[in-house]
Amino acid sequence: MSELSLKSLDYSVLQQCMHCGMCLPTCPTYDLTKLEKHSPRGRIALMRAIADDHLALGPAFGEEMSYCLGCLACETACPAGVDYAHLFEVARSDVEKSGVMANPVRSVVRTALLKILFTNPRLLRLVGRMLWLYQATGAQWLFRRLGLTRLLPTKLRELEPMTPVVLPKFSHQLIRPLEKPADGTRYRVGLLTGCVQDLVFADINRDTADVLLANGCEVVTPPVQPCCGSIHGHNGEHAVAQEMARRMIDLFDPFTFDAIISNAAGCGSHLKHYGRLLADDRDYAVRAREWDRKLKDINEWLVEIGFRVPASEAAESQKVTYHEACHLCHGQKITKQPREILRAIPGLELTELPESNWCCGSAGVYNITQPETAAILQERKVGKITTTGAAVVATCNPGCHLQLTNGLRAAGSAVRVTQPVSLLAQAYRADKPTGGN
Amino acid sequence: MTANPSASESFLPQQLRGSVPGLEVHDSPEQRAAYAYDGTATLRAEPAAVVFPVDTAQVSGVLKFAAARRIPVVTRGSGTGLSGGSVPVHGCLVLCLTKMNRIMEVDAENLTLLAEAGVVTADVAAAAAGVGLFYPPDPGSMKISTIGGNVAENSGGLRGLKYGVTRDYVMGLEVVLPDGEVMWTGNKCVKDVAGYTLRDLFIGSEGTLGIITKVLLKLIPPPAARKTMLAVYDNMENAAKTVSAIIKAKIIPCTLEFLDKVTINCVEDYAGIGLPREAEALLLIESDGHPAAVEEEAAAMAAIAKANGAGEVKIAATAEEAASLAAARRTAFSALARVGPTTILEDATVPRNRLPEMVRCIQETARRHNLKIGTFGHMGDGNLHPTFLTNEKNQEEMHRVELAMKEIFARAIELGGTITGEHGVGLAKKDFLPVAVGELNVGVMRSIKAAFDPQGILNPGKIFDPRP
Repeated sequence: MSELSLKSLDYSVLQQCMHCGMCLPTCPTYDLTKLEKHSPRGRIALMRAIADDHLALGPAFGEEMSYCLGCLACETACPAGVDYAHLFEVARSDVEKSGVMANPVRSVVRTALLKILFTNPRLLRLVGRMLWLYQATGAQWLFRRLGLTRLLPTKLRELEPMTPVVLPKFSHQLIRPLEKPADGTRYRVGLLTGCVQDLVFADINRDTADVLLANGCEVVTPPVQPCCGSIHGHNGEHAVAQEMARRMIDLFDPFTFDAIISNAAGCGSHLKHYGRLLADDRDYAVRAREWDRKLKDINEWLVEIGFRVPASEAAESQKVTYHEACHLCHGQKITKQPREILRAIPGLELTELPESNWCCGSAGVYNITQPETAAILQERKVGKITTTGAAVVATCNPGCHLQLTNGLRAAGSAVRVTQPVSLLAQAYRADKPTGGN
Repeated sequence: MTANPSASESFLPQQLRGSVPGLEVHDSPEQRAAYAYDGTATLRAEPAAVVFPVDTAQVSGVLKFAAARRIPVVTRGSGTGLSGGSVPVHGCLVLCLTKMNRIMEVDAENLTLLAEAGVVTADVAAAAAGVGLFYPPDPGSMKISTIGGNVAENSGGLRGLKYGVTRDYVMGLEVVLPDGEVMWTGNKCVKDVAGYTLRDLFIGSEGTLGIITKVLLKLIPPPAARKTMLAVYDNMENAAKTVSAIIKAKIIPCTLEFLDKVTINCVEDYAGIGLPREAEALLLIESDGHPAAVEEEAAAMAAIAKANGAGEVKIAATAEEAASLAAARRTAFSALARVGPTTILEDATVPRNRLPEMVRCIQETARRHNLKIGTFGHMGDGNLHPTFLTNEKNQEEMHRVELAMKEIFARAIELGGTITGEHGVGLAKKDFLPVAVGELNVGVMRSIKAAFDPQGILNPGKIFDPRP
C-alpha cells in the first residue's frame, strides 16, 4: 500500500480544526445519531489520529467516510475556515488506496461506473439511450406491471423506483456547438452540459443556453463533453479526477472565454478547484488556475452581469420556494443569486423554505450508497417543502432535483420541481411576443 | 485512595452492558478516538469506552459498576469545554450525557424550567422564550454546549455583566454521587436555608464531585427593549478606559464586549458583516430593559465612549443587525484559529478598574516574547481572553507561550484578579491554581473532594492532582 495522503498532507490543514464543536448542530449525520464520530469534528479527529499513527485506517474509518454526506454544511458553520472538502476527498482517496473497503462486487461496480461509464461520454449516452428506449417503449411500465422487479436483488429492487426518466433528446441534439445572441455579443461563454444533466435534464441545459443568449452571451457548447471528474473526486478516485480535469481544460481553453458556465451545483463545486487538483501538473497548472477564475455557476454569472429582468406580467401569481443545493450554498457560498433571480421573475412569489440549506439526502451517489439515511433526509425535506404551501420548488442541482421529485411523488404531493434558470427561461419566452426588453 | 485506571484494561464492555441493561456502550478504536478531546487545544487522551445513558437510573448503574472496580469516570456533554475539563484520563469511562436531552417541565407559574443535563443551552433558551420568559446565560458555544456542562463549569457568557452567570440561575440539581446514589438538592423555593446549600458545591465542580443529571433553572421576564452599539477605537487602552468609566458612572449594561484588531479581522473574514477592519479595538455594547431606560443608558454610554477616545459609535439599526453582531462575537475564539495552527485561549479576569493595566500587560508580554496574540472578551466583567496564535509543533515557541501565560496570570493575580473567569481549571489551569487561591484553599477543596468521592473515581486529576 502506498503512503497515505493523510500522512503527507500539510499538517496545518488538520490542525486548522480546533475542535470547538461549532459544526455539530449543522451536521445532518450528527443530528441523527448524536455520535461524535459522525460529526465533522469527530471525522477530522479520526483523520488526524490516522495521520499521527494513533489509529489504523480500517473498514470502520472507510464506512465513516462513506456515511458522511459531504454536504459541507460544516464549512459554512466553521469560524476557523477548515477546508473540510479537501480533507474529505483526501480521506476518501486514502480509503480507496488502502483497499479496506474492497470486495469483488464493489470493485466491479466502482470500475464499471467510475472508471468506464463516467469517463466515456459516448458510452454514457448510449446507456442513456437504451434506458430511454426501455422507458419510451413501455417496457419499464410492463416490467413494473408484471411485478418483475421482484426478481431483482433487494438492493436494486429498492433503487428501481428512483430510476430517472431519460429525455428523448440529449444536450447536443438541443444546443448547437455555437449559438450567438440576436442583439449582439457582450460575452463569450462555454456551457458545460454535465453527465446526468445531459441525459435527464437536457431541457435545463437548453434553458441555460437560452437565458445566456438573452443576456448577450455567445454560447459555445461542444457536443461531446467529458465528465468533469466531480463524481471521481468525491469518491476517492483522485487520479481519474485529474485526468477528467485535463480533458475538460483541453476542450475549453479558459483563456478564450469570459466565463465557463456550470448549471449543476455538485459539478460546479468541484470544477472551481481544478487549480488545486492540477497544481503539480506542469502542463496544466496555469490553465487550471485560470479555469477556476472563469468557472461560474449560472446563477452567479447572471447576477454578476446584471441579467435582464423579464418584462411580461404572468397571468396569475404562483408561490415558489427554494431548496439550496449543498454544493451551491456550502460548496460555492452562492445563496443570494438564485433568490434574486426568482424574485425578479414576474408572477412568482418566493416563500422561504425552512431549513433550506439542510441536505436533502441526494448528495451525489449517497442515496444509492446510504439509502436509509438518504430516505430520512428526503422525508424531512419533503415535509418542510409541504409546509410552505408552494406550488413549485426550485433547486440548482440534478441530484437534488431527482431526490425532491422522487420524494414528493412518494408523498403524493403535487408540488412541481424545477430550477431557477428554467423559470427565467420560461419568463423570457413569455415576454418575447410583446418584444419586451 | 485513588482511582485505578489499570483496572479498566481488564474491563469488558459486555460486563458493563450486563450490569446496566440497555446501556449504549462503544469501545471501537474509532469511537474512542472520537472522544479523546474536548474544545481545548493540544490535550488528548483516549477512554477505554464511551457510554450513553438515557436516564438517571443508567447513570447510577454505570457509577455503581465503576465504583466497584475503581474505574475513573469522566463526564461529558458536547465537549466544548475550554480548560480540558472533559478530556478523558487514560483508560477511563467517558459518560456522555447528550442522549439525556429532554426538557421535562416549563413552570410558568414559578418561573422555572426542569431539564435533563444533556439539553443544549440554546434549546433551554428557546423553551423559555416559547412561554415568554428569558434564560439569560449565553456562553459563546450555546448552540452546542449542554446545560449540564454549563452548570458543571459555571459558564458565563456575553450577558454576565448585568444578568450574572449560570450559577445565578440554578435552583436545584439532581446529582448521581460516585457510589451511584441519586440525590436532589434545591427546589423551586426562592428561599431555602435548610442546611448547607449543597447545590452550590456542584456548580462549577467540573464533574469531580457528582454527575449532574437534571437541572432546575430559574427564568426571568425578558427585557422589553434592547439597543446595540459598536464603539470603534484606534487603541486598546481607550476601550478599556471606556469600560472602567461606564462602570464608574453606575451604569450596568447587558453586554460590554471587547475585540482587538486581530480578532476583528478574523471574525470579519468569517462573518462578513462589515466590521471596521482598520480599528485597533471595538466595544460591542448592549443595553436592555425598559425602553426609556434603554434610551437613556445608551445615550450616556455613547457619550462616555466618545469622551474616552472612541472615534465613532455606531448604533445597530435593526434587531437583526444587533443579533448578527452578537452572533459574530460568539465566533471570535474559533475564528482566531484562522491565523495559526494552534489557538491557546486564556481566561484572565481582573477587577474592572484595573482593565487598562491588564490590557497593557497582555500587549507588552506578547511583544516581549515575540508571540502573536488576539484578545477579546467580556470586558464589562473584567474577563479577557488573550489567545495565543501559535503552533503546537513548534516546541520553542510553545515554551515562550508558557512563559507568557505565567506572566499574564501572575499580573492578573497581582491586580486582584483570577486565572480563570469562566472556563474552569480542568487540566489547562491546574498548575496555576495554588498560586491563584493559595494552598489553604486547595487543601479545603481536596477535603471536599474526598468527602464526596473517597475513591477518587470522578474526573481524577482535574482542578488539582489527587492526594498522593
